[in-house]
Amino acid sequence: MSKKRTSRRKFLVRGTLGTVGVLAVGTYLFRNPIRRVIAGAVDSGETPYLGDTSSPIIWFEVTEDNRIVLYSPKVEMGQGTFTSLAQMAADELEVSIEQIKVVHATTASGNMDSFATGGSTSVSSLWVPLRELAATMREMLKNKAADKMELPSEQLTIENGVVSGDGKTMTYAEVAQNVSEWEVPDIPDLKDMKSYRYIGKPIPRLDLKDKVFGAPIFGMDATLPDMLYGAVVRSSAIGAKYIDADISKAEAMPGVIKIIKEPDFVGVVANSLIEAENAKDAIEVNWKVERDWQTADIEAMIAVGQGEPFVIQEEGDAESLLNEEERIIVQEYKSPIGAHAQIEPNGALAHVESNKATIYMSTQVVKITRDEIAERLDFEKDKVNIVPTFLGGGFGRRLHTPNAIQAAVMSKIVGKPVKCFFTRKEEFQNDTFRPPTHHVLKAKLTESGMIAAIEHNVSSGDVAFGSPMLPAIAAPILGADLGAWRGGMIQYGAIPNFRTISWRVTLPFATSWWRSLGLLANTFAIESFVDELAIAAEKNPAEFRLAQIQDDTRGFRLKEVIKAVVEKSGYTDEVIDGRAMGFAASTDANTPCAQVVEVSISNKEIKVHRVTCAMDPGIAVNPDQVRAQCEGAIIMGMSAALFEKMNVEDGQLTPTIYGPYQMALMKHAPKEIDVVLLQNDDKPGAVGEPPLGPIGAAVANAVFRLTGQRLREMPLKLA
Amino acid sequence: MKISFTINGTAQSIEIADENTPLLWVVRDILDLKGTKFGCGKAACGACTLHVGGEAVRSCSYAIKFVEGKEVTTIEGLGNEQNPHPVQQAWIEEVVPQCGYCQPGFMMATAALLNKVPNPTDEEIDQNIINVCRCATYYRMRKAIHKAAELQAVMNASTETQTS
Repeated sequence: MSKKRTSRRKFLVRGTLGTVGVLAVGTYLFRNPIRRVIAGAVDSGETPYLGDTSSPIIWFEVTEDNRIVLYSPKVEMGQGTFTSLAQMAADELEVSIEQIKVVHATTASGNMDSFATGGSTSVSSLWVPLRELAATMREMLKNKAADKMELPSEQLTIENGVVSGDGKTMTYAEVAQNVSEWEVPDIPDLKDMKSYRYIGKPIPRLDLKDKVFGAPIFGMDATLPDMLYGAVVRSSAIGAKYIDADISKAEAMPGVIKIIKEPDFVGVVANSLIEAENAKDAIEVNWKVERDWQTADIEAMIAVGQGEPFVIQEEGDAESLLNEEERIIVQEYKSPIGAHAQIEPNGALAHVESNKATIYMSTQVVKITRDEIAERLDFEKDKVNIVPTFLGGGFGRRLHTPNAIQAAVMSKIVGKPVKCFFTRKEEFQNDTFRPPTHHVLKAKLTESGMIAAIEHNVSSGDVAFGSPMLPAIAAPILGADLGAWRGGMIQYGAIPNFRTISWRVTLPFATSWWRSLGLLANTFAIESFVDELAIAAEKNPAEFRLAQIQDDTRGFRLKEVIKAVVEKSGYTDEVIDGRAMGFAASTDANTPCAQVVEVSISNKEIKVHRVTCAMDPGIAVNPDQVRAQCEGAIIMGMSAALFEKMNVEDGQLTPTIYGPYQMALMKHAPKEIDVVLLQNDDKPGAVGEPPLGPIGAAVANAVFRLTGQRLREMPLKLA
Repeated sequence: MKISFTINGTAQSIEIADENTPLLWVVRDILDLKGTKFGCGKAACGACTLHVGGEAVRSCSYAIKFVEGKEVTTIEGLGNEQNPHPVQQAWIEEVVPQCGYCQPGFMMATAALLNKVPNPTDEEIDQNIINVCRCATYYRMRKAIHKAAELQAVMNASTETQTS
């Protein structure tokens, strides 16, 4: 199909932050209207698609064998997004799912999202625009078929990409052949949900075979003829500034093509990866290091009261009630520095020619990387094309891509394609970490054992402010870091007095998004504390919460997941056969999720046997993959809650390898995970991150019931 | 020096300057088989697992000199779409992969386990399958390992019937 298009008018125009549909309980204390809109959009999960919806022509291509290629503006990190998008497109295009092939858009192909892939927004943000574009494309094909078949469009029917009418048939491929101009009609009505063939069905992932038979689909698998290998020297020390390097030894090493000395880095290009790495190790770099940071320094910085406070939620007068003396409970919780530890290291294959650059890479920020490389190479933006590959894990690690800039610089200098990746040690020491957090929670109970007032103080390193998606100006406009407070607000809106204060701390090493952002730590703190309050009030933890949820749509959906998880798990406060249960709930980006875990202890080790998870993501476009996300997020969350911790020792972040950086393995995974999906919303919501919320607190709450030990610091370790 | 071995059933000779070059890089960068993955370079994650003489080996830390005269099998040689290995078939039926990057290593480790222990218990799976999956697909992987054992048993039974 020709890429030329004639649009009679611009339509489907989106691309600005939309209105906020569902407001969180309480009041956003953002006087600045931009703050209010952004805070609301983040909290409601209604982050929009930021790209080009002006014509379906840049989204779809009809192939000669009558298949449709969908150019995805979001990257596939593993959440099964490509499959869900294919389901949405197939249903409106009137083709079978087998006829859809999803590939990544490139920055050259027009519809790549300007923002990023992340924040559990891919399916939800494309739910309306993609189906509208697919329906419009279907009408364009139908109208063109009507012309070619000389029949009125109303007489035509379509099935599996074949247009029929008056005894004649034409495939989409035949319709599209030799068409150079398309008329873009008004957006047709979308189909009725009940008539969808694929949406809502557990369609097997489209990328299953590539991933099972070992196809070269990842960034690290990319190759080009005459490709060379690059390596960049990275310091192990926190805050190290590159001053100069002695390259004399490295220059003489076998296989070395060129040592690259730039104002901000030194690297090597060699014939093979091993030769590049060996030569890199022979470069003697003079770094300037200001200070040998230690874990104790970071802990002192992160304590509530040290950073800049910002009240982000307030209802009633929690402050004065909490200054009273009777029935006041105060507790503190902590979470450590977390590494992304995704298995595919960061890197890129860059091919820079005299007037253009092509970069193949795993990245969550395709357009931002394009812009950064164009700036560094001093190329026009349209001369730089980023070709995204499948990601060997994202989790927020691929929101920062200075490594791609370095690969491009090296390629430009040597005039050949250069592939350059991090080593594992470099990944662990140059990660953009999940920041450590410190939480102080304070509550006052009523005489009848309800929460009269509650306050959450969360102190965190930067999350969203540490990422390139927000311009530098965002921090002063927004004040509080919207990533750090994610999951940090009080979700029990029937409590008469509550407030949340976010304390911003800028740490000496890079911190950023880690799957679910602040949700993991905030929910751990809040839901552990609410559990402590329930125990102080001598109430069942689920009933205690249910009684304090407000009567609105959001409250209703939260209550429903709580009831569902209690019923499915058979929750009890009793310890039975050496096992105890723990309960916790969270609402993330408007997706409520409640979990019950069953744990036992042997040799001071916490063993999670069974997890029941009830979640309401609205419409589950692919319920099997929603379940898969719950299963994976639960175990990843367990891994963070039970094992993971980075330390700061003598100026370095450690450990630097799997094993010492302990993570959940097969032996730690629960043998039973039951997922109950509810649907109390009429659109798809966030899926990839919300199920990470409750697990940490649920485990801690179970451990308390079993041992009487209240663990208030992750990773959870028994005394 | 020259090293000769068999890879996925085909005889192969390569000329290599450093005999301590890890097998992983020979497989990926010289033989261009990209299914075997780099994860850590220290045999700590298992993404690079392949078979040497039928045994699971972490190829990032296995020098090429040790494969002289041996049979190497990678994910590309384990099975294919037309003729999947029972482990691959089970992985498809249970829809295991998420990002998929670590999955070849897990499938190779599982295939080697099933060669020794055709019907592993949960405890045997826990002790032997010690690779790292960051998407934490362990729950489905366990189901797929049990299913692969069943599929392999059925396949072996039908092979025996045919040959007897």
